[in-house]
Amino acid sequence: MSVVGHAPPPFFKRGPAPLVRLVFFVSLSLILLIADLRFHTLEWVRLAVATVAWPLQRITWMPIDAAGDVGAYLVRQSTLLKENEELRRRQLGTANLLLRQQHLEQENMRLRALLDMRARLPVEGRIAEILYAARDPFSRRVIIDKGMQHGIGAGQAVVDDVGIIGQVVRVFPLTAEVLLLTDKDQAIPVEVQRNGLRAILAGAGAGMMELRFLAANAEVQIGDILVTSGLDGVYLPGLPVAKVVKIDRDSAYSFARITCAPLAGVERHGLALVLGARTALPPQPADAPSTADEPGRGKRAKKKARQ
Amino acid sequence: MQPTHASRRILLPVRNWFIVLTLFLALLLNLIPFGRLPGIPDWVALVLAFWCVHQPLKVGMAAGFVLGLAMDVVDASVMGQHALAYVLLAFAAAGLSRRVLWFPLSQQALHVLPLFLGMQLVMMVARMVSGAEFPGVLWFLSSFTAALLWHPVTYLLLMPQFRPEDKDVHRPI
Repeated sequence: MSVVGHAPPPFFKRGPAPLVRLVFFVSLSLILLIADLRFHTLEWVRLAVATVAWPLQRITWMPIDAAGDVGAYLVRQSTLLKENEELRRRQLGTANLLLRQQHLEQENMRLRALLDMRARLPVEGRIAEILYAARDPFSRRVIIDKGMQHGIGAGQAVVDDVGIIGQVVRVFPLTAEVLLLTDKDQAIPVEVQRNGLRAILAGAGAGMMELRFLAANAEVQIGDILVTSGLDGVYLPGLPVAKVVKIDRDSAYSFARITCAPLAGVERHGLALVLGARTALPPQPADAPSTADEPGRGKRAKKKARQ
Repeated sequence: MQPTHASRRILLPVRNWFIVLTLFLALLLNLIPFGRLPGIPDWVALVLAFWCVHQPLKVGMAAGFVLGLAMDVVDASVMGQHALAYVLLAFAAAGLSRRVLWFPLSQQALHVLPLFLGMQLVMMVARMVSGAEFPGVLWFLSSFTAALLWHPVTYLLLMPQFRPEDKDVHRPI
C-alpha cells in the first residue's frame, strides 16, 4: 500500500513492470514494422546486420552442402550417362539456332541502323548460383551468391535458360536477394507473343501468375506465350516469361481472370544469369495530369507503331 | 506435505554463459537453409520460450526483441515481424512460468503449444495486413514440432544443472 508521497521500499529491484516492458517493446517493433513496410528506411540496418551475420550463415550451410555433396557422389553412373546423352541431344537441337543467331544479330543491327533506331544495348550477364530460398514463408525470394562485390545492383533482371526468374531487390556485400516472379509484390510488363497485346503480369502466389486489367473480351488464348515488352526499361524486350494456362471470362466482372504459369524454373534451384543493368530511359514527356487517359494514350501509341 | 515441482529434482543455479550459448546455437540452427520445407521448428522461439519459462528473471522481452531483429534480417522478412512475435512470446511464457512448471513435461508441451501458435498468428497478421500471400496451413506445423520437442529440449538444456547422481553422505541437502 502506498501512502501519498511514500512508496514502499523496493526489496527486489526488477526494473519496470512486465506490462510496461511489453508495451515498450511492442511499440518499438510496430514502429520498425511501419518504418520498413511504408517508408523502406531500414535498409542500412539490414545491410549492417547481414554483413555481420554472413560468416555465421556460411558456417550453417556446411551441413546442407555436405549432404548435397554426398548425394552428388552417390549419383549412379547410368543417371549421369543418361543426362549426358540428353544434354548432347539438346545441344545439337539448339546448335542450328545458335549458329544462325550471330547472323541474325548482325542483320538486326543493320536493319536497326537503317531504321535509325537506338541500337539495342549489348547485354552482359553474370552467372550466379541460387544458394537457397529465403526462409520467409510470406514472400517468394531466393538468395544468389553474387553481390555488391561482383557489381550486382538492385533492379537487375535474373533469367535462367528458359526465361525470366525475377529481379534483384536487395544487395548485400557477397549475396543478393532475388524477388521471384510469382511473389505477390512483383509485376512485369509483358506482351502476348502471338498478337503483341500489352499487359501487366503480376505474381499471384502459390507458383502462379495473373494477367491483370485485361478486358473480359481481350484476345488471349490458353497456351499463349507471354514475353517481356521492355517498356519498363528493366527487362529486355522479347524474353519469355509465362504461358497462359486458364482463362475465366465472367461477364459479371469487367476484367478477365487470366492465370499463367511461369516458363522458367522459377521455384527451382540451380544456376541463373543476372543481366546487366539497362541504362536509364530518356526522360518521359510532360506527365498527363491524371492517369484516367492512359488507355487512350496506349491506343494512340499502338496506332503509331502500326503505321 | 508440501507439493513439489513436477521435475522433483533440485537443480543447480543456471550459468549465464550457458543461456547465451544456447540462444546463439538456436540462432545458428535457424540459419540452416531448409527453404519451404514444412515442419521445421523455429529453434529460437523454442529455446527462448524455454528460458522464459525456467528463468523469467534472466531472459525476457529484451532478449526476444534482439533475437527477433536478428531473425528478421537473416530471414529476409520485414523488420520488426519476428521482434514483435518474440516479444509477445517472451511475455506470455514468462507469465506462464509459475504455473507451467508444476505439470509433467507432456502437459507442459500442451501449455506452450498455444504460445507458439499465437506467435505464428501474430507474424501472419503482421504480414498479411501489408498484403503478403497466405503461407498455407502447413506452415503452422512448425509449432507442433516445436511443442513435440519440448520434452527432449528440457532434458538437454537442464542437463548442466542436474546434480551429480552419486550420493554424498556429508552433503546437507
